[in-house]
Amino acid sequence: MSVKEEIIKVRDNVWEIPSSYKSQMRVPGRLYLDDNGFENLDEGSIEQVANVACLPGIQKYSIGLPDIHFGYGFTIGGVGATSTRNGVISPGGVGFDINCGVKMIRTNLTQDDIKPQIKELTETLFKNIPSGVGSKGKFHLKENQVDDVLKYGAEWAVDQDFGWDDDLKFLEENGRILDADPSLVSDKAKRRGIPQLGSLGSGNHFLEVQKIDEIYNEEAAKVFGLTPGTITVMIHTGSRGCGHQVCSDYLRLMDKAYKKYEVNIPDRQLACAPVDSKEAQNYLKAMFAAANYAWANRQIMTHWVRESFESVFKKSADEMGMTSIYDVAHNIAKVETHQIKKFKQELIVHRKGATRAFGPGRIEVPKDYRSIGQPVLIPGTMGTSSYILHGTDLAMEETFGSTAHGAGRILSRSTAKKQFKPEEIQKDMSNKGIELKANTMPVIAEEAPGAYKNVDSVVKTSDKLGIAKLVAKISPLAVTKG
Amino acid sequence: MIVNNDKYNKFKIPYELFDVTADIGFLAYGNTLNEAFENAGLAMFNIISKTDYVESIVSKKIEVFSEDYVSLLYDYLEELLFLHEVEYLLFSEFNLNIEKINGSDENNYKLSGTVKGEKIDWDNKHVRGSEVKAITFHMMEVKCDKICKVRAILDL
Repeated sequence: MSVKEEIIKVRDNVWEIPSSYKSQMRVPGRLYLDDNGFENLDEGSIEQVANVACLPGIQKYSIGLPDIHFGYGFTIGGVGATSTRNGVISPGGVGFDINCGVKMIRTNLTQDDIKPQIKELTETLFKNIPSGVGSKGKFHLKENQVDDVLKYGAEWAVDQDFGWDDDLKFLEENGRILDADPSLVSDKAKRRGIPQLGSLGSGNHFLEVQKIDEIYNEEAAKVFGLTPGTITVMIHTGSRGCGHQVCSDYLRLMDKAYKKYEVNIPDRQLACAPVDSKEAQNYLKAMFAAANYAWANRQIMTHWVRESFESVFKKSADEMGMTSIYDVAHNIAKVETHQIKKFKQELIVHRKGATRAFGPGRIEVPKDYRSIGQPVLIPGTMGTSSYILHGTDLAMEETFGSTAHGAGRILSRSTAKKQFKPEEIQKDMSNKGIELKANTMPVIAEEAPGAYKNVDSVVKTSDKLGIAKLVAKISPLAVTKG
Repeated sequence: MIVNNDKYNKFKIPYELFDVTADIGFLAYGNTLNEAFENAGLAMFNIISKTDYVESIVSKKIEVFSEDYVSLLYDYLEELLFLHEVEYLLFSEFNLNIEKINGSDENNYKLSGTVKGEKIDWDNKHVRGSEVKAITFHMMEVKCDKICKVRAILDL
């Protein structure tokens, strides 16, 4: 019998994997997908959502979001919330790229303003923001400075004059999780982090100059300061080798810990430890430190983006209105309070390939945006649109205040290289008026839009469901890729 | 410049890459476990770059202790990745020795040896491949029958 026959359609776009599906399941699984998405969903992902539902202390549902796809242990596009009283913490529920995320900056420039110099701008950005395999930042951190980066995150960056004080108001956690503890980050992770601070990396990471193309909700757009037709910049990157190493270190540790604490899990890659154990607490504080590194990383690049605009357009960043819209983390676990039935509960919310989508009124949302809910930034793929949505009350009720994070690969890199010619992709982009600059030709084929799920449908499903509502569509004008 | 390395011509195929949707996997072979691990290193640096263009100029000693062969493979590949990122090196030659020792329960297996390569020069000499974020435990396997075979998936 197909696994899918056991799944119940709860209502439009909501599917339930009953807890009877697997004997170890403690809660049901929930999939937030349209009919087409459900039909195309692979059984491996369903199995992984069911496996996460087996974690001790998991609350309500193990969740698969509209961009769900197969990951290592946990799916990508998934949320697992465990109780801080009797739950577990798992590094696999965050993934290797701790605090991979997206930052957006607004400007008061229009497409006409930048058009004559778009080539120069693209080249300048490409030069000023290092990218590609083995990319190093332009400055060399001293060994004792990396602890400050891990502890203070974006605050450190602003203190070092990478950006403006006001930037910190418009970052999740204000760019710094206070409970981070650099002493729990290994020397190896720090040493990987030192040369890479201020670099984009490769793969799906990118930097994009964009235009606000369409507004779906005028009131929300006004609150978020989004003016139709103006230029924005999007930065998509994470904690680089530092975060990857923190994840690796603690995966190894948890592999021992789950046996020690006799945690019964259906897949070794869900290795975890009870929330109050030393192993889990140490991971949490090290992971927070890596998250701070990522916020510092995106903050430094924000500064270089402003400098690049200043050098091309010969105006100050201030004059060009280059303020921060917001910055979201889409690979992270956080301690959050959520209402479950009648009670407020403290939870560890693991979001792997999921964006927080807190609704109106939540204290975590910047004051200026609190009436609407937080901005949810969903990046597209190379050459396709990105979206800004806002968080909702429904997301708070259904998905622990979470929604999708992007497109998700459907073709492997080698299949993409066989199917797409980089020259044709380049031509296609240039026909659409998009500047493209990448380190290598193969990366252009690997990252072809056709290698990814359609982000439009991911976003539409989120919007239809109401676990984030559309505010604006953003179209690319120039992309730089690793 | 293409470096010919006789060592890896002994095998018809020292390693094979296989597809994983978001990432990449490899199977590396050898007549002995040492050779299979050496070819695993070769596979990884052919994902990051092309080892044909990497000369053996810099030599690094490595030593890894783990509780079993699978963990040893994980820790070894991770060590290579660490050296690559931190010292900004690419490797193309691997000489390893794996042995079972009487350590503590957690460290019964030892890998030691030398890896050779050179400083990265993306602009003039080396081919840019994919950035490896991490080694995963997914489907990781170390098996010796007639020949030895190791499998790993790298997170890109």
